[in-house]
Amino acid sequence: MVDTVQVDKLQQLAATIRRHDLTMVHRARLGHIGGELSAIDILTTLYFAVLNVDPSRPDWPDRDRFILSKGHAAAALYTTLAVAGFMPIEELATFMQPLSRLNGHPNRTKVPGVETNTGPLGHGFPVAVGCAIGAKLSNATWRTFVLTGDGELQEGSNWEAAMAAAHYRLDNLTLIVDRNRLQQGDLTERTMGLDPLGDKFRAFGWYVREVDGHDHGALLDLFQSLPFNPGQPSCIIANTHKGQGVSFMRDQVAWHHKVPNDEEYALALSELERGED
Amino acid sequence: MTTLYDCRDAFARTLEAIALEDPRACIVANDSIGSSKVGDFAKRFPGRLINVGIAEQNMVGVAAGLANAGKLPFVCAASCFLTGRALEQIKADVAYSDANVKLCGMSPGMAYGELGPTHHSIEDLAWTRAIANLTVIVPADPIETAQALRFAAAHYGPVFLRVSRMGVPAVHDSGYQFAVGQAALLRTGSDVTIIANGTVVSRALDAAVLLAADGISARVLNMATVRPIDREAILAAARETGRIVTVEEHTIYGGLGGAVAEVVSTAYPVPMRIIGVPGVFAPTGSASWLLEYFGITAAGIRAAALELVRMGRAA
Ligand SMILES: Cc1ncc(C[n+]2csc(CCOP(=O)(O)OP(=O)(O)O)c2C)c(N)n1
Ligand SMILES: [Mg+2]
Repeated sequence: MVDTVQVDKLQQLAATIRRHDLTMVHRARLGHIGGELSAIDILTTLYFAVLNVDPSRPDWPDRDRFILSKGHAAAALYTTLAVAGFMPIEELATFMQPLSRLNGHPNRTKVPGVETNTGPLGHGFPVAVGCAIGAKLSNATWRTFVLTGDGELQEGSNWEAAMAAAHYRLDNLTLIVDRNRLQQGDLTERTMGLDPLGDKFRAFGWYVREVDGHDHGALLDLFQSLPFNPGQPSCIIANTHKGQGVSFMRDQVAWHHKVPNDEEYALALSELERGED
Repeated sequence: MTTLYDCRDAFARTLEAIALEDPRACIVANDSIGSSKVGDFAKRFPGRLINVGIAEQNMVGVAAGLANAGKLPFVCAASCFLTGRALEQIKADVAYSDANVKLCGMSPGMAYGELGPTHHSIEDLAWTRAIANLTVIVPADPIETAQALRFAAAHYGPVFLRVSRMGVPAVHDSGYQFAVGQAALLRTGSDVTIIANGTVVSRALDAAVLLAADGISARVLNMATVRPIDREAILAAARETGRIVTVEEHTIYGGLGGAVAEVVSTAYPVPMRIIGVPGVFAPTGSASWLLEYFGITAAGIRAAALELVRMGRAA
């Protein structure tokens, strides 16, 4: 069973990461706050309790791979990497500034801990399939994790990747879908429906489980039981809320890439501070 | 202060006017209603905006099918994803199949600034102008955007139209008449010709003013149509001014500069300079900061022209 001390620690880390993220977006006047806040509990659980990575050796060949396919949530990844020790926290202040390593989408040639450059949706998942096939070819035990948006799954490339992962029996691959039910302009189901999403992945040969993507304990439980079924890739549909943690951003499509003004920033920050305990 | 215009506004208004007159007109989009500024169109013409979700390949294929069914589809999507992701659909389903599809690449060049090279569309002219049977147009300001869109609607055949987002001043007066395949002479001159299009035309005009103070007479051509290119205007510039500088918000490989060089080098060789993004992935920075960083500025154009003048005139 899940260790409550560890879950408390993850909650505190997630709160810290949320505050850094909000501050970065507010300072840069750019970013994708909604999808960052929806993904941060997943990122925190992965980086602080699941992934076998070493910030002092980001290129260590036997590290677990994590790929942020929804690259527009870069600020959430940068903050998580910084808190995990991959780069100095102070560097987060350079987000989007001229010549910074930290632009709006992650770049592996500049930022330690980033595995592949994402930004155009529907790219990370196929790359993750390649990582997992590569590990199998080398008889290596490291694992690959990839996080996609839900709107992102409208890209056909994901379904080509899903087919390949089952075909190659990639039980060393885990897909996490940030199922916040919103995309850029509207609800996913009003734009291009995805439901029944779990059944789609099952039909493609995946073992699927659903979870509350903001419940660190439940996430940890699932991650600790990977692979769900030997010989099959694992899919976690994480039900989340865009803007989680800030009442006026939660489930509001406008906050996909809206930037908080000073007043909204102060309010959001105070909510995130209170949310910690 | 000069007023700066986001050409998407003129684009959206003109597209609504076209839709009012022509019941065939419709939009195909990729979760890009807000970023293409076509929310009003969606409200005014219910059912005539087909949003396929985040799926560019399907978007262009669907547009080709709509054209087959007698509709007049305008694909409205960020230029980077439209051209990058759906290039084979553009080639096979639209251009090769001669489908009457209008591909409207929004927010091109480095308009997305800090979002980085994945979102910059600085290869789109090289890619699209390499494809047969595809007219490629890069308007410079709102008037030209509206007129080029009118042309695309009236013309049968595949068109790629680059619709800018980064604020630009008006460079054409209200009497301007866009003519496809024809350069517009914006300033006469005899020592050097500056050929530009899109967001950087105003910078070419500013450079000509700087050069006049240097005692150099610079001709300025607005080359909105990149394919088919205006050979006559290019050859006249080569013959009459002996030097050519091209300027574009695009990589220096294969865009406007390449198109001009193909004509100049094979028909009337004169020294040239090609100004644009120098074949690298841009560092972090805003659109305007990046244009400065790469010297895609009036000062950068002036320096290139001075360099050519100092080389002396071709025999
Ligand atoms: C190929 C491609 N098309 C369009 C976009 C523009 N875009 C950026 S984020 C986004 C919406 C993503 O929605 P979703 O995957 O649900 O992400 P989340 O809700 O987690 O932010 C869109 C359309 C893009 N980045 N890439
Ligand atoms: Mg979503």
